[in-house]
Order: sequence, then structure tokens, then C-alpha cells
Amino acid sequence: MVAPLDRANIDTDAIIPKQFLKSIKRSGFGQNLFDEWRYLDHGEPGMDSSKRTLNPDFILNQLRYQGAQILLARSNFGCGSSREHAPWALQDYGFRVVIAPSFADIFFSNCFKIGLLPIVLGTDSIDRIFSEVDSTEGYALTVNLEDQTVTTPCGEICSFDTDPFRRHCLLNGLDEISLTLQHMDKIIAFEQRRRTEQPWLFK
Amino acid sequence: MQTLYDKLWQGHIVHEESDKPDEMALVYIDRHLVHEVTSPQAFEGLRIAGRKPWRLDSILAVADHNVPTTERSHGITDPISRLQVDTLDQNCEDLGITEFKMTDLRQGIVHVVGPEQGATLPGMTVVCGDSHTSTHGAFACLAFGIGTSEVEHVLATQCLLLKKAKSMQILVEGNLGPGVTAKDIALAIIGKIGTAGGNGYVIEFAGNAIRELSMEARMTICNMAIEGGSRAGMIAVDETTIDYIKGRPFAPRGDLWERATTYWRTLKSDEGAAFDRVVTLDAAQIKPQVTWGTSPEMVTTIDGRVPDPAQVTDTVKRHDMENALKYMGLTPNLPISEIYLDKIFIGSCTNSRIEDLRAAAVVVRGRHIAANIKLAMVVPGSGLVKRQAEEEGLDKVFRDAGFEWREPGCSMCLAMNDDRLSAGERCASTSNRNFEGRQGPGGRTHLVSPAMAAAAAVAGHFVDVREIY
Repeated sequence: MVAPLDRANIDTDAIIPKQFLKSIKRSGFGQNLFDEWRYLDHGEPGMDSSKRTLNPDFILNQLRYQGAQILLARSNFGCGSSREHAPWALQDYGFRVVIAPSFADIFFSNCFKIGLLPIVLGTDSIDRIFSEVDSTEGYALTVNLEDQTVTTPCGEICSFDTDPFRRHCLLNGLDEISLTLQHMDKIIAFEQRRRTEQPWLFK
Repeated sequence: MQTLYDKLWQGHIVHEESDKPDEMALVYIDRHLVHEVTSPQAFEGLRIAGRKPWRLDSILAVADHNVPTTERSHGITDPISRLQVDTLDQNCEDLGITEFKMTDLRQGIVHVVGPEQGATLPGMTVVCGDSHTSTHGAFACLAFGIGTSEVEHVLATQCLLLKKAKSMQILVEGNLGPGVTAKDIALAIIGKIGTAGGNGYVIEFAGNAIRELSMEARMTICNMAIEGGSRAGMIAVDETTIDYIKGRPFAPRGDLWERATTYWRTLKSDEGAAFDRVVTLDAAQIKPQVTWGTSPEMVTTIDGRVPDPAQVTDTVKRHDMENALKYMGLTPNLPISEIYLDKIFIGSCTNSRIEDLRAAAVVVRGRHIAANIKLAMVVPGSGLVKRQAEEEGLDKVFRDAGFEWREPGCSMCLAMNDDRLSAGERCASTSNRNFEGRQGPGGRTHLVSPAMAAAAAVAGHFVDVREIY
């Protein structure tokens, strides 16, 4: 199911405000996703979110969007800081896919590292999906990463592109560090050459 | 013929699956800067997997986001902030990582500390779990912010998997007017290309107006590259770069210095190298800039007015402007010079270096902050910047004018410590982001240069600093 957030330039400060970045954990950020828009009171770490006042005007709080796994937004989604806490919060809230006409570079790359799929679709498709979501309760899209397609309820298919390597990692749940360490001999060789050519870079 | 970016990219490739331009490449990282906010989960991941940092001497750590800017002898009061800083200290101690602790004179904002120590050297790849790592590109580095998974990846492998970006050259030619600074250039660029303009690009800033800037000013420009959407900004090496580095603690000496500088002088785009996009600005036309909205691209000049959304045809854009004006408590067509302030913040990785403090001090010397200013604060970028400023008597200039003179850190740029705006408060800030809630929930941020912030402090509202000089 799709939840629409009709704004451009949604920054990572809005996605997860800085006070929640003090956590040294990787989980639990979902309750503070879009904190300043979602609640009427000011949130601080450690607060029981079930006791806080929800902002009835914030779209994600509407009953019809509860349980949505796809977030639909406007251009330059995820701009601002490099905090991976932003994709963590989206994922922890329950989103598995974010669809927008464009994403900020660091956010985009961070998503793939944790298995959240950012999908770029053309502005026309996005406009159409926004209006269909608005007029259809329970509007759902089918996302097929292998085929790189998004299918609308009436069967319209929108194609998207992902980098083959990133797609492979996502589909197979691969750990990038282990993959990189398969090239350990090349890293060591590169480093030795560098040590000779630019010794001032090493202590 | 290669661009500077081409040279830096090619010089760091460890492995490529193929030579197709669109393939991911394994890229070697020379310098890894670490702070307390984006590293704990990476260190934990490393520990769980039973891995060790690949190359300890590539890492430099410093706590900056959570540290108090007031008296530090009692430590950090907020237990959650304290735990995060203690966690960094513990991780560095356990693993043998060089860290400047909170009470170390060399402590400060990671992007001020790196260059100041000479830990940022030309030709390096520099990463940090912080988007403003683009700052280090001022030294002809490929420097960019990364997420926590990538922090762990660099710790474990000294490499990152990257796809080469497109290249953009931003040429700033001509002479800057008096009172117009690097921050104004940066904001004018963002006003022109938009906050998404640099998405997918690495920017090289060039042109004689850039060449004439000091290293501090170049860092301000590269720092703001990310606000134009570009993960990395960079500037070629010249004698200004080399003079700045000479003698710094981590810089090479003796024969190595000679060898290094010979190489560094090659770090520029070849004559006639092609860029995917070229943007040109006339420096003489740039006026002092002030942001009016909740994105750095929502910017105008000091003699301008708050724009009117009714004049905008694009519905998404109009909607964003209306939201921004509502949040900022501004009405369309209000002259920028009639915007009154509550607080003034001079600091952040954008504008907290010695030159920034000098520029602000020139304006406030012998004057006093206006009666409506509830708080004006100067937060130097590092302990060493603070000491230098004190040696020059700048602390006295600021204090006499009614400013608070604080300890170094990120402070009210992002308000993770106690320095923040209250709801509805309006601030002239030398930082880099005017996002909703950035300086405190409900806080209203206007981004300006240090000289413009100082002038606003004295007048109580925005004023053209060129009239004060």
C-alpha cells in the first residue's frame, strides 16, 4: 500500500530530527520518523510515543494509510545530512520502498546499504500515482525489483532502473564488506604501491 | 585531457569489474574522519563481525556534535549525549584510534580540525559520516559524506564501492565587491542551480574569483557544495593551498615535503578538459545573500524582498514556498532589511574559522548588539581557532559588543547540544542549513555570511553590510 507525502526537498532533518541521532543503536527510530510533522508535542529521546499527541493533519497519521510499505514523495527526497538514521527510521516504521522523481545522492546510496529500495520514476508517472492514491482508498502498487517494474492496480507498468550490482546485493541479501574483502589482495597491492609513491600519506 | 575529478578518481581505483563507465568501482580511502554521531553503530558492526580497522593511521576522531559550548570541566550534562561521546572515546581507546578528546586544545568541528592539523592533504580521498565532508575538497581532495554502513565499510576495508559521478565546473569570474564573501558566492550558486542542481555531480569550483580566495574561504564554498546537491566539491591546488599546509602537524616535512608539493601542483584540471555541465557566475554581480525560506535555495539578496508564491506557476514549487513562508512567519514582498532577529549564531563548519571571526569582528568592533537581540554567540571552529582569536583580541571585541564567546563545536548549527532556538525564534546564522527545526523545533533560520550576521546583530534586523564598512 502507498502513503503519499506531497512535498519536494524532504530533508533528513525532517525525516528524523537530530535529537534522536544521539542513540548509539541501529533500531527504534521508526516511532520518531517525521517527528515534528507527526506529533503536536515536541519529541525527545526516551519518550513513550504511544502517549504523545498525534497531529491529525499529518497525512501518515490518517487511518487509511496505516500499514503502508511504499512512500510516495516529490523531488530531491532525502536531501541534507548523511545520517543513515533517515533510511533506518523509514524502514523501522515499515516502509520498504520510497518512490520519488529524484533523490539526494547520499540518501540514495544509504538506502541500498540497508535494503530500503529507492525508486526513481518520471514526474508524469509520479503525478498520476499521487492523484490515484488520493482517490483510491487502499491504493497498492506491486514492485518487482528483479524486473525493475512498478505495476499500478489497473495494470499500468512503470519501469525503473537500478544499478546491477546494487540490485544483485539487494536480491541476494549480500554483505558488501564480505564482497569487498574478496579483493583483499588487490587492496593490499594498491596500498603498497601508494606507500611507495606517496609515503607522506602514511605514518 | 582530464578534469581534477578524473585524476583523483583514477588514482584511487583498486578494482573495477569492467571498464564500463557505469560500473561500480572499488575506491581506496586515504583519510577517514570520525565523529560521535554516525560512528557507534559502525564500530558495533565491526565488533559483531569480529573485524578490526584496516588502517589505523588513516583515522582521526573528534567529538563535535554533542559537546557543550559552555564550561566543560563538569563534562556533558545530558546523559544521552554523554553516552554517545563516551562511546566514541571508548571505541577509539579500544582500537588505538587517534582522537582529540573534548578537553584537548585541538578539539573542534571535524571539518575545521582536519585541515587545521594538515590531516587533509591534496590528492587524498577523504570521507566522514557527515555530509559536510565536501569541505575538504578545497584542498583538491575527493571528499564526501557517507552513511554509517559506509563508515563500517571503510573501517573494515579502507575502500568504498562507488559509481563515478558526472562533472560540473562552476566558474566564478570577476572581482567580488567589498563586504561580499565566500558564503555569498556559495549561496548565490545554490540560488542559481537549486538544492538538487548538483545531484549526481561532483563540482569543481574555478575562475579567478575562486583563485583569489583564501583557504578558509575556499572551504566555505566546498562545504556548501552539498547544499547544492553535490556530494563533493573541489578546487585545484595552487600556492595558496601549499602555503596553508606548510608546517601543520600532519603535513610532510623535508624531502617528503618537496616530493609531495611537486605532485600536488599537478592536481588541477587540464586545459580544455571537458565537463558534463558548466555554470558561470559574475563575481561582481554577487550581493550579500540572505535566505528567506526552509531550503538553502530559497535565497535572495539583502536589497531584495520575500518572494510572493502567487507569482509562481509551478504548483509543487508554489506549495513549497507557501509552506516555507508559513513556517518562517514571513509575508510576501516584505523587504529583507525589515526582518528582525532574536538570535545571532556565528559558527559551524561553514563559517567558524579565524578569517570568519575576523570578518565578523571588524563589523562589531566598538559597537553593541541591538536591544531586541536575546542572544548573540560566537562558537569558534576549534580550540586552536579560539586560541588564535583570543591572541588577536577578538574575544574581547565580541564580548564588549554583547556577544557570548563559547567553546568549539557544532553547536547551534544543528542544535544537538543545549544551544538551540525556541519555537518561533528567528536567527541570523552563519551555518549551512535553514531546514525546518534544524536549529531547534520551530526555530527560524536565515543563512548569511559572518559579516552579515554581525551587522544584523548590531542593527537588530538584516542590513547591508556594505553600508557599515
